[in-house]
Amino acid sequence: MTTSILKKLGFATISAATVLGLSFGPAKAAEPIKIGSFLAVTGGASFLGDPESKTLKMYVDKINAEGGVLGRKLELIVYDSQGNPAKAVPFAKRLISDDKIDILLAGSTSGATMAVIPIVEAAGIPYISFGGAGVIVNPVKKWVFKTPHTDTLAVQKIYNDMKKNGLTKVGLLSGSGGFDKSCRGQSQALAGSMGMTLVADETHGKGDTDMTPQITKIKNTDGVQAFMYCGFGAATSIVAKNFKQLGVSIPHYQTHGSASMSFIKNAEGGAEGVRLPAAALIVVDALPDDHPQKKVASDYQAMYTSTSGDSVSSFGGHAYDGLMIAVEAIKRAGSTDKEAVRAEIEKTTNYVGADGIYNMSATDHLGLDEASFVMVEVSNGGWKMLK
Amino acid sequence: MFAEFLQFLFSGITVGAIYALVGLGFAIIYNASHVINFAQGEFVMLGGMNTVFFISVGMPMPVAMLLAVVVTIFIGLALEKFAIEPARDASIVTLIIITIGASIFLRGAAQVIWGRNFHSLKPISGNDPVMIGGAAVLPQSLWVLGCTIVIVIALMFFFNRTLVGKAIVASAHNPLAARLVGINPRFIMLLSFGLSAMLGGIAGILIAPISLAYPGVGIMLGLKGFCAAILGGLGNPMGAIIAGLIVGISEAVTAGYISSAYKDAVAFIIILGVLFFKPSGLFGVRGTERV
Repeated sequence: MTTSILKKLGFATISAATVLGLSFGPAKAAEPIKIGSFLAVTGGASFLGDPESKTLKMYVDKINAEGGVLGRKLELIVYDSQGNPAKAVPFAKRLISDDKIDILLAGSTSGATMAVIPIVEAAGIPYISFGGAGVIVNPVKKWVFKTPHTDTLAVQKIYNDMKKNGLTKVGLLSGSGGFDKSCRGQSQALAGSMGMTLVADETHGKGDTDMTPQITKIKNTDGVQAFMYCGFGAATSIVAKNFKQLGVSIPHYQTHGSASMSFIKNAEGGAEGVRLPAAALIVVDALPDDHPQKKVASDYQAMYTSTSGDSVSSFGGHAYDGLMIAVEAIKRAGSTDKEAVRAEIEKTTNYVGADGIYNMSATDHLGLDEASFVMVEVSNGGWKMLK
Repeated sequence: MFAEFLQFLFSGITVGAIYALVGLGFAIIYNASHVINFAQGEFVMLGGMNTVFFISVGMPMPVAMLLAVVVTIFIGLALEKFAIEPARDASIVTLIIITIGASIFLRGAAQVIWGRNFHSLKPISGNDPVMIGGAAVLPQSLWVLGCTIVIVIALMFFFNRTLVGKAIVASAHNPLAARLVGINPRFIMLLSFGLSAMLGGIAGILIAPISLAYPGVGIMLGLKGFCAAILGGLGNPMGAIIAGLIVGISEAVTAGYISSAYKDAVAFIIILGVLFFKPSGLFGVRGTERV
């Protein structure tokens, strides 16, 4: 229990050292390649920023130990934006004008990312964001890229799986958080074009402890063939428990928001049979050996858990992919010329990452499709891959 | 159709019983001090989180529950001793702001100590629903209901039949007269915080198998419990209980029959309506001053 405090303190020291220490580093002939970052290392979104910052740090160290990139060391500068867009803006300005960074890999939240985009665009710095929302790269902005999946991909994946099983009439339940609402919006928007019908569209409040009325209503809706839940956190387990309590027999779908062992554990058996799209990284042990992402995901998992002592989350994976895409692009560009690096990031093809296989282009600055999710079912308290 | 109604009703009664227990905690402290203790929801959180913690270090469940209640009581006493009592000459509003600060502090401390994850607690008697008239009810819901009834009876006995309980009631009715007959108001204050913390702790343990335990679980429960306390007439323990059930049932029935989007709104409309026509709450006594 106290170890988590110690870990945090230790970690704060490390990140301070990253910022301060490296300016006294060996002033060799070759200038280091400067990677700038602001992340929600502390604050409400620290579950995002903490693994992201740890991931960047451990892989920058690893790359440097192996000789760096283009014969130059990487220098990582991380500021703690606390997930606050108002703090992200001055950090972005400082990184660009004072620290003179070559590339920006930053932004745990969509809010912080959107706030700095005008600055990045004006300065002409290649920027890879770890924010979730599709709006970051849609419409495409010249200098802005992102690595995390969008909820559009998740909903597409779920709808396709339903269709494959002959289910087209969906009873939807969603929470009232940001993730939940965005997922609900996508579910409504995509339903028509994908031939699905939402026969029920229920919501529950923040912090609700019992969703049996909503599920009862969906259960008794005429013609409902599948149940789908858009939500995040404790509510995912409560919904699964209530679903089982009421003995509902239609297929039960949730989103990547539920893709954690904690969902299964806290639903106490209620999660059995729930289907959901998940990043390969989360279900790496359930992946078959010939899955293209098996190696990169299990390597990352081993590296992250052994270095940080924490269990792996998909959020650290976003940072891993961002860093690797940036490093590959710099290698291909042969320099840190900003326009050349930007152009090479845009040409990223068949990069196999922790989050999926990226194929970016001038019109797609995310480069993932729904194949980057694997459809899994909860079985015997673990994940089972679905074909 | 009747089974459906029954399902909504049971859901509402379960949730309502929890609101009632939280509301009761508000009422007791308000009675003793006219302070509205906004850390009441955090007592609920502490009850659940402490039980999860003590079980995780290997204690048997009954011991963990008992210890969790004891720890929560001590936190409640410490809150009164170190935060409320030093400021007892300040205005009521200041004291209320102190309790808001305390709730933020307790939530933050829980996040630092236990992390942000949510945890489950094994239900007292299994997870297999009991079928009552076609509605599926979890045994834990029956435990919540049963324990609420026992607590209410025990409190009625305490307030009406024991010397200490009568002293609390006396202080609530007339603080000056109570002091004149030798009741120490500082002791009463301390006692009421301990009692409220105990109620919160018990409520937290009872609902953890339903709501899960996590540092933020007390926020909404605290607010809804506060609504119950207001609706029932602040300072009226029985009123808080009945109002808690009214809020819970109206939420569930609205979610089931009208729309889940308006669930919270309907509960608040009822409260606004009651306060508009009867500002002292459903069961509140209008304040009268004898000259």
